[in-house]
Amino acid sequence: MSTTTKPNIGAMSARASEPLHDARISIRNLDFYYGAHKALKSINLDFPAGQVTGMIGPSGCGKSTLLRVLNRMYDLYPGQRATGEVMMDGDNIIAPGMDLNQLRSRIGMVFQKPTPFPLSIYDNIAFGVKLHEKLSRAEMDERVEWSLTRAALWGEVKDRLTTSATGLSGGQQQRLCIARTIAVRPEVILLDEPTSALDPISTLKIEELIDELKHDFTIAIVTHNMQQAARCADQVAFFYIGEMVEVAPAAQMFTAPKEKRTQEYITGRFG
Amino acid sequence: MSGAALSSSPSRDATVADRLSRNRRNQDRLVQALCLLATAIGLAFLLLILATLLYLGAKGLSLGVFTTVTKPPGSHGGLLNAIIGSLIQTGLGTLIGTPIGLLVGTYLAEYSAGSKLGDAVRFVSDVLLSAPSILIGLFVYTVLVSPFGGFSGLAGSVALAVIVIPIVVRTTEDMLRLIPVAMREAAVALGAPKWKAIVFICYRAALDGIATGVLLAIARIAGETAPLLFTSLGNLNWSLSLAQPMSSLPVTIYQYAGSPFDDWVDLAWVAALLITFGVLALNVLARIVLRPRS
Repeated sequence: MSTTTKPNIGAMSARASEPLHDARISIRNLDFYYGAHKALKSINLDFPAGQVTGMIGPSGCGKSTLLRVLNRMYDLYPGQRATGEVMMDGDNIIAPGMDLNQLRSRIGMVFQKPTPFPLSIYDNIAFGVKLHEKLSRAEMDERVEWSLTRAALWGEVKDRLTTSATGLSGGQQQRLCIARTIAVRPEVILLDEPTSALDPISTLKIEELIDELKHDFTIAIVTHNMQQAARCADQVAFFYIGEMVEVAPAAQMFTAPKEKRTQEYITGRFG
Repeated sequence: MSGAALSSSPSRDATVADRLSRNRRNQDRLVQALCLLATAIGLAFLLLILATLLYLGAKGLSLGVFTTVTKPPGSHGGLLNAIIGSLIQTGLGTLIGTPIGLLVGTYLAEYSAGSKLGDAVRFVSDVLLSAPSILIGLFVYTVLVSPFGGFSGLAGSVALAVIVIPIVVRTTEDMLRLIPVAMREAAVALGAPKWKAIVFICYRAALDGIATGVLLAIARIAGETAPLLFTSLGNLNWSLSLAQPMSSLPVTIYQYAGSPFDDWVDLAWVAALLITFGVLALNVLARIVLRPRS
């Protein structure tokens, strides 16, 4: 593991949590640029395997940007680039030559707004699976049922798998997007404010789902809702203007933050 | 004092408000009436055209129109060769033009971001969209008719395809751009290469719009005369050969409507009726087929 050149609270806190769990993904000295604008400044953060890492901070602080580094989503846009190390299984994710399609099958992502494809419910899930595996019809049926069950949606849609996914409610659509993501059987799931477009009941369902899914997947969730971070996350990282200010177990973060800026943010003094 | 002023001001305000509100309602009625009048004028012309077409076209309509080819005046000719010629050339023109237009539109929407080439292609396509169709006929005459020694159905189809391309380019690009970025990102986030995201997700999402564009293009070329005059020329005899001059409904209308023979003029009306209702039927059919299922 590389050592950081300058002492930094984030790195120290991250190191403190290391002995408990293996890091599924380790970020070291990550810088990110939108053109000339530096949006992330020497980030150091570990995502422990089988845990939920919550990322909080005011708008524009770089937390979504960090998420989009992990699955190289920024590659879609010229002028965006990252430097540093994002290690997963001994590979630097952000190094050139990475097979992006394969990477994205290992690190799935669910977006802020539900994005059902204009296909049937069944095909919404089969689309991702077919990209990476050759399954028989029966195996595919099984996979669709498995993923919808895991996403707590099977009971609601099992009788209308061939109807259009766009006819589902917002909360159902978001659970379909989660089902679609886990159907590919990734190791890590990135959630970018997955409930900010949903009503409280759908939000609750998604949060229960996250709790359930962390047994099999490593999860990173960006949220504007601090109660949500407190409820869902095992460890929480606080971002402010491109820097990671502090990372700590959720209970500690919300009761005894080390940094003044964290304290001010979680008590609602800015952000 | 101040109490009196307060109690008297509301009643004065009420009168003013009343008058203002009445004025607003009257203005609203006036604008509504103007809009209705404009709509009525527009619709009246359309209905007049359709009624005339029906009245004069239905007069000459008979089974013979569909079973007999065009014949000299006075010998009970039909429009069979013109109908088949129009179907072939419109169909082939659409088949050639649609894939090209679709791919160019896809390039512009998905791959050309910020490139000079993309801007140039978009500009040329838009110019082509509004180019007089007779110029397109002359262009195809110069490259396909003149060098290869004769008018042909193929040349006619190519001329129609040149008209189809910019229409499909425009609608394809517009429709693809309407698809939210999140949809593309969601497909890519599952590990789909960009082309698969476009072909399996974006095309699907834009299907209705793109199909509407193709239909608009078909409707447009089904009635085009000028580009065919210099390319497929028209043919009074039965011929299915793409290498030979080919008949078509618009060119037949052009030739017959100006003739001094009453039966030819009647047939021209029938041809006009067939084109109009053919395009109308196609549109209705497409609306039924493309109706969103939920």
